[in-house]
Amino acid sequence: MSHVVGAVPEHSGVHERPKIAIVPVKGLPFAALGLIIVLVAIATNWKWLLMFSHVAAGGLWTAIDLFVGLVIGPIMGRLSIPARAEFSAKFMPAMVIIMPTLVTMNLASGFQVARLLGNLDSASPNHPWLIVSMCVVGVMAVIALGVLEPANIAVLFEMNKPVPNGERIGRLMKRFIYTAGITGIMQVATLVIMTRVATQ
Amino acid sequence: MSENPPIATPDRPFPPVAWLSTLALGTVIVGGIVMSSYAPRPAPLGIVGALLGVAVVLLAAVVVIFSRLRDFAWATFGRVFKWALLAYVIEAGVIEFAFLHDHVSGAALAILSAMLVVFAVSVPTTIAFTVARYAD
Repeated sequence: MSHVVGAVPEHSGVHERPKIAIVPVKGLPFAALGLIIVLVAIATNWKWLLMFSHVAAGGLWTAIDLFVGLVIGPIMGRLSIPARAEFSAKFMPAMVIIMPTLVTMNLASGFQVARLLGNLDSASPNHPWLIVSMCVVGVMAVIALGVLEPANIAVLFEMNKPVPNGERIGRLMKRFIYTAGITGIMQVATLVIMTRVATQ
Repeated sequence: MSENPPIATPDRPFPPVAWLSTLALGTVIVGGIVMSSYAPRPAPLGIVGALLGVAVVLLAAVVVIFSRLRDFAWATFGRVFKWALLAYVIEAGVIEFAFLHDHVSGAALAILSAMLVVFAVSVPTTIAFTVARYAD
């Protein structure tokens, strides 16, 4: 059955709910800084900075995906609808900034690292592993960009309506949590591949 | 205060715009993997060009669907699309910069750049459509 929910208790009225900032402006300078670091690393072929960008962003991307998909997701599923809405109102906007920035930093610097270390060369023993890694990342990118992120942003828009549709939010959140779980599990494959590449 | 709580109406069905644009994204990602798997040797541009062509056809199908769509929240779509487009143009720009820095040139650069255009357009389309289809 369809029903409506608010991010605050019912007695406070639907118009008292604060508007959710879909893109938290305070986070934009940090995102810009991340991208500038990657651009500088690429432009200067600075191996350490490239490696730092790749490992730091990749580690955070993997950890966040695993944590959201396998820890936060199941917890959110067990929360009451108002509690879930309130948590989502704080959590989802942060994800809008953090995840695309980490993904861009990781992939752009990762490709350069692979090129500089010669791993892209088909004669390299790491070449097949890199191709498998690209396939895994490709699937994750399609899931994240085609399903997860649109659901995330649609939830925020729905929650900003005077009368949010709880059934719709629940459905979109379920999509978000399931896809985060799938990408989280796929991140384990990335961990196996990357540690293999680093030690081969 | 009304006596009955407002009941949300069921979501009406929409054409598979998000699926098509996501499929276009997936197609250019496959093309990117094919190109990368050949690096530093030149990749078979016929295969990659065909994948790019499929992606463009899928996006063209989205445009055709949009041109026939009635009762759609175009204002919401436009508002979300323009900001998402800005974000993804910046992302695509970072990747394009890496290609230029790596001295990719000629037909390979043209195909990769066109793939980035598909990437930068398809993701905002999916996001904006998903938001706008639920707009009241």
